[in-house]
Amino acid sequence: MDAFAMGDYGAYVWSCVALTLVIVVFTDWRARLRHKRVYREIEVRLKALEDRE
Amino acid sequence: MWKWFHQLASPPHFYRISAILSPWLAVPGLLLIAYGTWQGLFVVPMDYQQGDAFRIIYVHVPSAYLSLMAYMIMATSGGIGLIWRIKLAHAVAAAAAPIGAAFTFLALCTGSIWGRPMWGTWWEWGDPRMMSELILLFLYFGYMALRSAIDDTTKADKASAVLALVGIVNVVIVHFSVEWWSSLHQGQTVFKKGTMDADMKAALFVMIIGFTLLFGSMLLRRIRTEVLYRERRTRWVREMILSPEGGA
Repeated sequence: MDAFAMGDYGAYVWSCVALTLVIVVFTDWRARLRHKRVYREIEVRLKALEDRE
Repeated sequence: MWKWFHQLASPPHFYRISAILSPWLAVPGLLLIAYGTWQGLFVVPMDYQQGDAFRIIYVHVPSAYLSLMAYMIMATSGGIGLIWRIKLAHAVAAAAAPIGAAFTFLALCTGSIWGRPMWGTWWEWGDPRMMSELILLFLYFGYMALRSAIDDTTKADKASAVLALVGIVNVVIVHFSVEWWSSLHQGQTVFKKGTMDADMKAALFVMIIGFTLLFGSMLLRRIRTEVLYRERRTRWVREMILSPEGGA
């Protein structure tokens, strides 16, 4: 447990690690979400065009 | 060599190559980060002055380094797009901005958390390093706001590239602020001899390389989305999406 306590600095160190994890995962998740949305929008538009043709 | 380089500027070619390349950067990046985190948090000795609080360096320095690198990529790509009118360069610039903003925010937050036990304050408004890094975050926000405020992609590319190029001045200020002015923030440590234990430094370099690979993977994924959006009316996108196998 001492290793996790980090002296008296555990709260500071672990909050930085947790924040890094959250920000990196969130940034990557947003990128994946946007890619899916853009792809889907183009797909819907192209299929609508194809149906009209 | 040059043929391969020129081919990369072709959107359909880049779209295909980046899909293959992105996981090849992400997987080693994540492995290095996992190894570096374990080394940095549990293996390397604590600092004789800062105790275990110094371990924040393993997330703070890679974030701060990437906040500057992302800006340089954004500004350089914007400049290349302006001068040589390479469409892909503007896509790279647009893709780098949100990642750069995320790492700048992270560098500011981890720096602030580190500052509390070491300096006795979360934030110091007169500190040149903190203020120039905060201005960097506002530059990223300004860049993204400017892009989204202009509907015409070509005009948005040009205007945002000019803003990014002007903002390079601030990158230089961020880097040299601890040398030019008196700052709470410590001076250059990583590349100076005798400032850090070799094991501490090795773990830090592992983290920097890991974060850089992960950044590369995230950047490629965002460029793919930009390319897809910008090329949405082209034949290759139509063929890719309507093909029986579909795209990704």
